[in-house]
This record gives sequence, structure tokens and C-alpha cells, in this order.
Amino acid sequence: MVRFLIKRLLSVSLTLFAVSVVSFLMFFALPRDPVTGMCPKNCNAERLERVRQELGLNDPKVEQYAAYMKGIFVGRDLGSAQGGKCEAPCLGYSYVNSEAVTDTLGRVLPVTLSIVIPAAILWLLLGVGLGMLSALRRGTLIDRLAIGFSLTGASMQLYFVGALLLLIFTYQLKIVPVPHYTSILDNPLDWASGLVLAWIALAFLFSAIYARLARAQMLETLSEDFVRTARAKGLAKRTVYGRHALRAAITPLVTIAGLDVGAALGGTVITETTFGIQGLGRTAVYAVRGGDLPMIMATVLIAAVFVVIANLVVDLLYAAIDPRVRLS
Amino acid sequence: MRPVGDGPYLQVRDLRVRFDTEDGVVRAVDGVSFSVERGKTLGIVGESGSGKSVTSLAVLGLHDPKRAQVTGEILVGGRDIVGLAEEEVRRLRGRDMAMIFQDPLSALHPYYTVGRQIAEAYRVHHSGATRREARQRTVEMLGRVGIPQPERRADQYPHEFSGGMRQRAMIAMALINDPDLLIADEPTTALDVTVQAQILDLLGDLQDEFDSAIILITHDLGVVSQVADEVLVMYGGRVAEHGSAQRVLRQPQHPYTWGLLSSVPSLHGDADADLVPIRGNPPSLINLPPGCAFHPRCPHATDRSRVDVPELLPADEPSHLVACHLPEPDRLRLYQEAR
Amino acid sequence: MSLLAVEGLTKHFTARGGVVRAVDGLDFTVRAGQTLGLVGESGCGKTTTGRMLVRLLEPTGGRIVFEDRDITHLGRRAMRPLRQDLQIIFQDPYATLNPRHTVGRIVAMPLTVNGTRPPGGVKKRVQELLELVGLNPEHYNRYPHEFSGGQRQRVGIARALALRPKLIVADEPVSALDVSIQAQVINLLRQLQRDLGLAFVFIAHDLAVVRHFCQRVAVMYLGRIVEIGERDEIYERPRHPYTRALLSAIPDVAKLGQSEGRIRLTGDVPTPMNPPSGCRFRTRCWKAQDICATEEPPLTAGVACHFPEPEGAP
Repeated sequence: MVRFLIKRLLSVSLTLFAVSVVSFLMFFALPRDPVTGMCPKNCNAERLERVRQELGLNDPKVEQYAAYMKGIFVGRDLGSAQGGKCEAPCLGYSYVNSEAVTDTLGRVLPVTLSIVIPAAILWLLLGVGLGMLSALRRGTLIDRLAIGFSLTGASMQLYFVGALLLLIFTYQLKIVPVPHYTSILDNPLDWASGLVLAWIALAFLFSAIYARLARAQMLETLSEDFVRTARAKGLAKRTVYGRHALRAAITPLVTIAGLDVGAALGGTVITETTFGIQGLGRTAVYAVRGGDLPMIMATVLIAAVFVVIANLVVDLLYAAIDPRVRLS
Repeated sequence: MRPVGDGPYLQVRDLRVRFDTEDGVVRAVDGVSFSVERGKTLGIVGESGSGKSVTSLAVLGLHDPKRAQVTGEILVGGRDIVGLAEEEVRRLRGRDMAMIFQDPLSALHPYYTVGRQIAEAYRVHHSGATRREARQRTVEMLGRVGIPQPERRADQYPHEFSGGMRQRAMIAMALINDPDLLIADEPTTALDVTVQAQILDLLGDLQDEFDSAIILITHDLGVVSQVADEVLVMYGGRVAEHGSAQRVLRQPQHPYTWGLLSSVPSLHGDADADLVPIRGNPPSLINLPPGCAFHPRCPHATDRSRVDVPELLPADEPSHLVACHLPEPDRLRLYQEAR
Repeated sequence: MSLLAVEGLTKHFTARGGVVRAVDGLDFTVRAGQTLGLVGESGCGKTTTGRMLVRLLEPTGGRIVFEDRDITHLGRRAMRPLRQDLQIIFQDPYATLNPRHTVGRIVAMPLTVNGTRPPGGVKKRVQELLELVGLNPEHYNRYPHEFSGGQRQRVGIARALALRPKLIVADEPVSALDVSIQAQVINLLRQLQRDLGLAFVFIAHDLAVVRHFCQRVAVMYLGRIVEIGERDEIYERPRHPYTRALLSAIPDVAKLGQSEGRIRLTGDVPTPMNPPSGCRFRTRCWKAQDICATEEPPLTAGVACHFPEPEGAP
């Protein structure tokens, strides 16, 4: 198990390294001078050149990359216009936002986490629950309703569902405030009520897929020999389905859930835009539009970190559920 | 729980199992009757589509009532389980009657240790038992079935066992509650022949010790000849021949049984002669041939075979039953000629 | 002159935890038109051997000589023409036929792949082959799922015969079939063998089936041959303890009512990962002595044992 972890951590680091290099290089492939975008108003050539110098844009690319990496691990000196000494992890200074990247992230990251994680829990519970129910009541009305529900969810667009929810719950019935973000540490109730519509919208869309998957997996598992053995032993149906069938059916779902959550954490742009909340996704889009290199790099890296960690977690969970994986 | 009174522990009368499928009605079991006494072994022989596995699942009440219609009588210790509430039947399963399956690797849950699965079988029928008791009993049973180092093995997973050991573990799990009836569905088909011999010996020893009734389902006549006291030959969901092992294997009177015996390669006899196969293919249960199900493949079929389903009637002795239109003298003669 | 000669054939696999010595030094020959059976239980290496013979697996040691030509490590191009002479029939009739191809296409495939143009055309040859194996040539355009297991196996046989091979490796060709169908297919193989003068390497775990097909039999255990000889010798006067135990373990209807004389082996077949030192069978052999643990008995006069049963003993 330890060997497994070490090997994975190594490949994780390699992946992140590759991601950072590629996104770094890609930025320079953009046919646009990064500096001009940063001060649109009264920027003369002299000023632009000075900024370029400060940002180190005239240095060779490798040096720039090295400096950036150094900043992440040790911290570096950015120059007075950018706030001076930048402590590790230093992700640079954003001209667009006029603050250190890490400060921006400190603001928007919790927002994305607050949107995605509760939504994920909701969509997993809903999806797996519906899927299992359909499988156990195969062919009945419940099954058909559940499939219908999942089809609807899968064919919807989030901005449509979101807009609908807003219309009904915020503006017509007025039982939910206009979506906004409050830290859970300040006011849990407000936190929840500000985000609940986003959770519901995401859950509706994602649970659809999981319901279908869970149903298919459950049906397949129910026809397995070991389920028949469990019944032959005289176990109650509840035990057979809950302890024997469910655990076996759930493994592929774990993988997919991990990947979905990992990707979602990278920034749920449409959700944020629909509900007017500033999270990582929206920040990333603004950064690209504004040519804000440090911000772009940061958001790309964070997204990559999430995906990679999600993969690792999935592998560990898999090993925890299926002993055959552990020992091979 | 051993009921009072003697007589066979299991009595099956006119069992029929029907499935309604999209392609039509499948009469997987079509009027099968037999009984098994404690301490005795009944061998059910048949190929694919004979209905032998469906029969055994019916005895345990494992058919989904929404998909299968089970009619007839299945008396377990004097109690008819057909039509009995699922809760009641469940109490019998794993305690009074138990089953072991063909492939122990897929029949055991891959995610739980062997010990845990066996202990579970114990605890579900002994609600007052503590974990320690269950564990003790588990290790004891594992040792009883010949697994070395049972303490250690109980904490291992099924895929860490060899094929023979897995089947032993399954047997331990089935017998842990000292059932009166054990159904073994092709228990040795997936095993090597030397391991098969060990498992069959084990079953025999355990039967002597526990005095259980055993139903052994197989397609292998050799296996049947070794362990069965009585033999039931099934074809197309019906009984073709039923009697003592001696009768059915040495003096068979059904053309299908003749066909089976002559088509199986043996370690003795003329190795240079061609085997005598049964022509044609096993029947499709959806389109079962009318009349005698075996008639398309029977070298002695008559016009009547195509129309009338033969009745299962006693032959040379009352306990030897044969379902064939041919008169007994003709059957005896034909068999003699063929040998 | 032998058609096929195998010397010291070896196949080792590397796996976590060590080397799996699946096949560890086999020696045998097959003459033209002769049938050799390779029997043994799981882990003995017979299937691996079969695959090596047709070069689906690369041997890690030893030689395979076909018609006096060393084919052990021939490249793909050089093997091409030889594939006409060396064919294989597999065990599972449900898995070895491509479900998306018609039966006609499946049987024709060896011809099309080899660029062979039989006189009269490919279709005619395919129909000939279908008839040869007892199938209706009109069913040329049907798909595998429309056939039963036994019929599918016949298709596999027809495919193997397409290029008029000299030797066929049959890997458990009847194990997956119903008993009543097994006999049909065995008879078919016997007939084809006689009529076409085919040589066979017949791999099976069922000794009774092998007895009805093979003139010579090699018994394998953990990657080595423990006994090899003429059919009647093996079955009536087995000399290796394992062969005796194997024969004794087979439940036979003819033995009804007899329970004496059965040899009961203890334990399971050990894994090929760490075979016992010396004679590999010693851990289950009732005759094992010290020498069996230190010295591996060589295959002499058809048996590899330090204490073979005396010839002529029952």
C-alpha cells in the first residue's frame, strides 16, 4: 500500500509539472501582448516597457518559468508595484485584480468548494438512490418515472434549469433569497440558503447520469452468483441488497463520481454565471479575457490539482472497497 | 430443527416451474416428482435445458415470484413451501436446507473475507450468537472440511484460496447450521479431477457424520455413479428415468439414458470404436417438441412419440420409473442388443 | 522422420512475486498422421504448450522443429506460409467466432488472409468444408448466434481445415460442450483425422476423451512431462504415481459400486510459481523419499520418476 502511494505521488507530481509547463507555454502562444491588456487606459510605451521589465517578460522563457516555480515553493520578490515580497506559495500578482493571486484565490476558492461539494453529495445520494430503487423495482411505474426523471435531467441545460429555479423560488414564491455567497463560518443558514438553488440545479443534472449508471450496475450485480448465494444462506433481502449487492455495484460509480467532482472543482462556470456568484470558474474566465497570466496559470494549476487528487482518492477508495485491487 | 416422524425429508410432487418470457412460455420444469431421505444421496442428471438447476432453485424457494410460477408440492420436513410466505421460507434457507454452487469463485462475495461470509451464515440463523461464537464455529467448520490453518484462512479473501479450498469453504458455509438437506449444483465441474475426488469424498464423509440428505446435480454420469444412491434423469424439464443407481446405470430402460451412457467416453472398453452419440441437439425449452420431448433424437421413436407425452411408470421394479412409450420387453431387448 | 519435434520447450512468465514456470523443458515428437494427447490438470502448462506450438506465445527456451525446420523464433513473415500447415482449434465455441461475421466469412478467413485461391473459388471451398464437418452448406450466410455450441465448434474445425493443414493443435475442443454433443464432435474429429491424415496435438484434462482419440499420450504436471507413451500402455500399465492417481480419481460408471483401490491424493495442485524442488510431484506422492527432494528425475523410457511402478504391475 505504501509503495502504491509513493508511486502515485510521483506520477501526480509529474502530471502537475507537465500541466504547468504546457499552460505556461500556451500563454505565450497567444497572439497578444500580455502587457497591453493590463493597463488599457493611460499606458505609454515607456510605462509598458517598465512593466514588462518588472514582470520579467523580457527574460528567456525558461527563466521566467523557473522564477514562477521558485515562487510557488519558496516565495519570491515581485517588485514594489506588485506588493513586494510574495510569500510561498507565491502565485504571482494579478494586475487585473490589483492584488496577489493567492488573495483572489482565497476569496473564490471557498465559493467553488461550497457550490460543488454539497451539490456532489446531493447528486450522489439522489442518483444512487434512484438508481437502486429502479433496479429493485424494475419494470414498475417507479422505474419508469425514475428513468424519465433522469432523461429529463440529462437533456436539460443548467442555465435553463437555474433560471427556472430562480424564477420560481426566488422571485415568485420568495422563499429563497437571491443567490449569493456567505462563508459557512459566518452564518451557516445564510450560506445554505444562498447556494441551495445552485445545489439543486447541479444535482438535478448530474443525478440523472448517476441514476442510470447505478441502475445498470445494480441490475448486473443482482444477477451475480454471490447474490444468489447470499439469498440461499437465508439472509434478509435488505441485507442481500444493502450489504452484498450495493458494495459490489458501487465501484464503477466511485470512479466516475471522482472524476466528475474533480472536474467540477476546477470551476463550474455556467453555474456561477447563472446564479451570479463569483467563484473559481468565473475568475478563470475573466483572467483569460484579461490576459492575466498569473491568474490563468493559477486557475489551470488548481484545476489540475483537483483532478489529480480526485483520481488519487478514487484509486484509494477503490482499493478500500475491493480487496482484490489491494493485493495485486 | 428436526421434525418428528420418519419418511423422506424432502418430498417433491408434480413440480412445475413456468417462466413467461417475451419469446413465449418456458416450461423449465414440467411435472417432476422425487423424494430424498436423510443420509441418502439423490443424483439428478441432465444436460443444458433439462431443468435440473431450476428444480433445485425451486426447492429452496429462490425463484422470483414475479418471473416464475411454481406449482406442485415441495415438502421440506413435512412442510409445503410452495405458496409459503417468503419470510417463512427464508428461515429454512441456510438452516434446514442449504445449497452449494458450481463456481465457488463467483459464488463467494469477492469483497468480504471467507470467515466473515461463513460467520454471517451462522449468525443469521442464530440471532443470539456473539461474534466470538460465530467466529469459533466458523474456524471449527473450516477445519472440519479439511482446510489447513483455518484460523488464518478465515481472514483471507476468496481469491486467495485455490479452487478446491474454495469449494471446501462453500461446503463449510452450507453445513455450518447442520442442515437436513444439502443441494450441490455441479459442485465439482469447475475443479480438477484429483480435487473433485477429494470433494466427493468429503461430501460422503460429512453425510455420514451429519446424516444429511444430499441432492447432487450434475451432467457427469461418472460422478453420479460414485456418490448417488438414487438417480433421476431429466430431459426437457421432465423425468425420463428414475430409480436406484444400480438400476439406472446398469439396467437403464430409457433411450436417452442409453444414449448418455454410450456417448460418454470411458476408461475401459474398446477405445478404437467410435462413440455412439445422441444425434441432434438438446431441446429448446421454448419450442419443446410435442409428445415425447426426446423423440427427435430417439432412434426408436414411433408415431405415438410425436403426439403423446409418455407417462412415468414403474418398470422392472416399483421404484424404477421410466417415461417411454416402448413396451418394457422391447426396451429390455433393445438394450441387450446394443451392448 | 517426425513432423513436429519439441526439445526442451520452456515458457516462463514474470509476475509479481516471482517467475511462473508454466512450461519447463518439454520433449516430445509427433509423426505425420499421428495423434498425441497432452493431459494434465490446471497449472500443468498444457494450454501454454499448445499456444507455443502455433507460436501464439513465444517460447523462452528450447526448440520447436517442424518438418526439420527450426521455427522457434521465426519472424512473422517467415511463419506465414507455415500457418497453412499448423492450425489450432480452441475450447470455447462461444468466444472464438466473431459474432459480427457470417459463418461463411469466418471459415473463409484463412483463405483470404493467405491469398489462397482454391480451384472453383473461395465460396465453393467454404461450402465443401461446412459439409465436411457435418453442417449444412446453405448456412453459409448465418451468424454464429444462430448455431448451437456443438455446431459452432464444428465451424471452428472447418476454419482450421481450410488451408489443408498437416497438424492441428486442439485445445480442449470438447470441454465446453454438452455430453451428448461431445461424442458427436469427437467422432467427427476421429473421422477427419483418418480421412485427411491429419496429425493432432490434443490438449485435454479429460483422460477418457483423450483415450478415444489419441494414439500416444503425454501426462503433464507443473510444466513437465511425467509420463509419455502409447495409449494402451498409459491407461493399462501406468508407471508414474501421478498417472496412476489421475486415472484412479476419474469417476467412471463402470466402477459403480467399487470403492476400493482408489488412490486419494492430498492437497491441491501447487502453483507453477514456486514448484517443489527435485521431483515436482513429491509433495503429493505417497512414495516420496529423500532423493525425490534433491534430484529431479529425468524422463527415461517414457517416465520421469525415481520409483516408477514396475512394468506389468496393475
